[in-house]
Amino acid sequence: MTMATDAPKDGFRLSMLVYDTRYRSYTIQIVVLVLFALAVAWLLNNTVQNLAARGKEFNFGFLWQRAGYDIGQQLIPYNNDDNHFRALLIGLLNTIVVAIFGCIFATILGVIIGVLRLSKNWLVSRLMTIYVEMFRNVPLLLWILLSYVILSEVTPQPRDFRVTDEMVAAGEEPAASMMLFDTVAVTNRGTNIPSALFERGLGKLDLGFVSLNLDFWAILAVLAASVFINLRIIRSARATQEATGVRPVTWWKSILVLFVPVIALIVAMGFHLDIPTLQGFNFQGGILVAHSFTALLIALTLYTAAFIAEIVRAGIQAISRGQSEAAFALGLRPNRTMNLIILPQALRVIIPPLISQYLNLTKNTSLGIAVSYLDLRGTLGGITLNQTGRELECMLLMMLIYLSISLMISAVMNMYNNSVQLKAR
Amino acid sequence: MAQGFTRTEILPALPPPITERGAVKWMRENLFSTPLNIVLTVLGALFVYWIVASSLPWWLNSVWNAESLSQCREIVQAKAGEGATGACWASIRVWWGAFLFGFYPPAEWWRPILAFGLLFAALAPVLYAGQRGNLTLVLGVVAAFLLVTLYLSQAPTSAFVMVVVLVAGLIALAQVLPGKLLWFTLVYPALCFWLLWGGSIWSPIVAMAGFAVLYAVFRLTSPLIGLAPAAGAGIVAAALWWLYLDVPLLSALHSMLPLEIRSINSDQFGGFLLATVIGVTGISFSLPIGILLALGRQSDMLIVKTLSVGFIEFVRGVPLITLLFTASLLLQYFLPPGTNFDIILRVIILVTFFAAAYLAEVIRGGLAALPRGQYEAADALGLDYWRAQRLIILPQALKVSIPAIVSTFIGLFKDTTLVSFVGLMDPLRGVTTILRADINWKGIYWEPYIFVGAIFFLICFGMSRYSMYLERKLKTDHR
Repeated sequence: MTMATDAPKDGFRLSMLVYDTRYRSYTIQIVVLVLFALAVAWLLNNTVQNLAARGKEFNFGFLWQRAGYDIGQQLIPYNNDDNHFRALLIGLLNTIVVAIFGCIFATILGVIIGVLRLSKNWLVSRLMTIYVEMFRNVPLLLWILLSYVILSEVTPQPRDFRVTDEMVAAGEEPAASMMLFDTVAVTNRGTNIPSALFERGLGKLDLGFVSLNLDFWAILAVLAASVFINLRIIRSARATQEATGVRPVTWWKSILVLFVPVIALIVAMGFHLDIPTLQGFNFQGGILVAHSFTALLIALTLYTAAFIAEIVRAGIQAISRGQSEAAFALGLRPNRTMNLIILPQALRVIIPPLISQYLNLTKNTSLGIAVSYLDLRGTLGGITLNQTGRELECMLLMMLIYLSISLMISAVMNMYNNSVQLKAR
Repeated sequence: MAQGFTRTEILPALPPPITERGAVKWMRENLFSTPLNIVLTVLGALFVYWIVASSLPWWLNSVWNAESLSQCREIVQAKAGEGATGACWASIRVWWGAFLFGFYPPAEWWRPILAFGLLFAALAPVLYAGQRGNLTLVLGVVAAFLLVTLYLSQAPTSAFVMVVVLVAGLIALAQVLPGKLLWFTLVYPALCFWLLWGGSIWSPIVAMAGFAVLYAVFRLTSPLIGLAPAAGAGIVAAALWWLYLDVPLLSALHSMLPLEIRSINSDQFGGFLLATVIGVTGISFSLPIGILLALGRQSDMLIVKTLSVGFIEFVRGVPLITLLFTASLLLQYFLPPGTNFDIILRVIILVTFFAAAYLAEVIRGGLAALPRGQYEAADALGLDYWRAQRLIILPQALKVSIPAIVSTFIGLFKDTTLVSFVGLMDPLRGVTTILRADINWKGIYWEPYIFVGAIFFLICFGMSRYSMYLERKLKTDHR
């Protein structure tokens, strides 16, 4: 804040550093800077002294030592002979995978609940209000612990699934049965889900550092190509529409381009599902998803969905009634009104807080510690830290990684904000 | 000419058809208006039925008196037949002391209770500044609450004397000089600290005297050297007081007049006592820090702005857990060798900073929502920066951001459960884990989680409702 003042007639006096608004801000900034520098120097000095007193030094060499611990859930190959850096990567991937699934599920659930909460149906809107209030006002940790305890203590043991000859003879049902057409088994040891297998797969490409599963990447590449071609089809259709006023029919082309190549590839590679079956005391085949992952995912989804529902509700309510009435007056049909008038405006209100919820969800994955989910905090900030005793390095690195994830997400948000900002003067 | 019949008197109005009135109309409009709504209603009703049918017997068969989970189950089976399930609230009954106070010695429970009751007495002057009637009412309720709960917890006579003297003094003050009651709010933190942690009564007094020194130096020097340097001198004097005079003065006073209560270690704190201590302290300190950070971020001064932005973005970018681990693992590196201060205090400091960064962003939103004209009008009136902020800008900005501020507070209170990861015994993970590890109650899970969840729900829901009430009350536009 600056004020217009007459230039002083008698030169510069020392007291003007404090009383003259033209110089005061410099004085304050210099004082702040000096205090800040002193504080940083004090902290650094203490740290150096403390490190020396403990006989430790500050370096990240420990990352290339043998880790020596196992991680249950690993998206890229890992065993306990690998180094701490690779363990860190596994943890980071585990963090990211639970965050991505959590964001997707929470968005779907949150949008449904937010829309239903605005429904004219009295019963449904009340139920959704109860849901939102219940999940918003109780700590996330409780939902994580509760889902984990229920999953691991209420679910049946693998032997409850067994069907013996005597039981068949007596016409008895087993104590537990599999779900979803006998493909998924939830036991107290984890959730067994089917995995995809390829008889004539492309094998793996070993790059030394990571080995790539070529089947997966081939499917991904084909999908990306399909989406790209589909975009070209839509663009050319739009160009035709703008030139001639008639939009060519494209839906069958889109379906053809989007689905046929992928299905053809999958069939060509000999796709079949590896369904878990009970053999001996445990389920064999398929993938065993640990309860720590499931519980964390369920709790994060349910908790964040409550917040997203409120955001969606607020976004829809923020659009004034006049907007839809004006659109109807222009003769737009309801679905076009939604697509062209309501959604673009509502999304502008919804997206920024939505992304900050994604950010919260990502940071909340660190609560996986409560159920021993080995995410970034569990590997780098947990076992690695305890084994090597390098608190300073591990914590700094972990904070830096979380910080860069957050900054990346907020950079995306800022880009979006700038692109949809009202250009009105 | 056609013969016609014209009615000369108006017939009484018929009642609307049966489908257009009463419950039927309401149900047609609210439950069965469209096919989609019919489907939703049926699904919703089925869901409610499923919940009620599966959990109602469990609630109805609740057992309140038992020694162990197996005994609970026997009682339920005896009462409701083979295979029946029932809630075993006896576990909460046995462990409620730990849920509320952790390992705080039962003989000293009157101290947290007293501190809790006086918290409302300290809040009242802020919420009802100068309103004699409301202040007296709050103080009366506090006194009644304290006397009843202290009686129930078999507090010593000295506690009753303390309550009666304190509350009577406060009520008298509220009658004579209701404005001066704010002094109690200022003294309360020291009183609360002394009640909770115990020790010599001189330690909070000597520590508070540091603030008195600050104020005295400020008042004495400000006519001579101006406001800002005087404030600096005051802070330096207070720092010198705390660094060099505090300890010797304390021991001298204590040897002259040893007034002390049993001192309690931080590791004995737990349960909702711990959550409340961290939550209330965090909330009350994070708001001013958050306001300063928000102002710093809006400031024209480059260095102040950069530092504020850096701090806010850093704290908001990392999970609270990492900050808590910093408190428990890293602070020993950052402080001079040999210093080791209380873990609860460390956690409170970091939780406060965490909440302050979020509050700063919320308040910045409120500041940005103000029309530019408000700032310009304040300048035009010739107000200096702090007066403009205090009288014009902040009252409006804070009012706009009340809902978001309160949700941050709710978030902070919920986050107090995370302190269990650094070894403190929070009600959720700390106490519940101990209860579930108890041989008598092994295998219990719904009851402790429902109990803890219900208390958190009541507090957080109450806070959000209060913020909605406050928002309505302060609303001045669109009348």
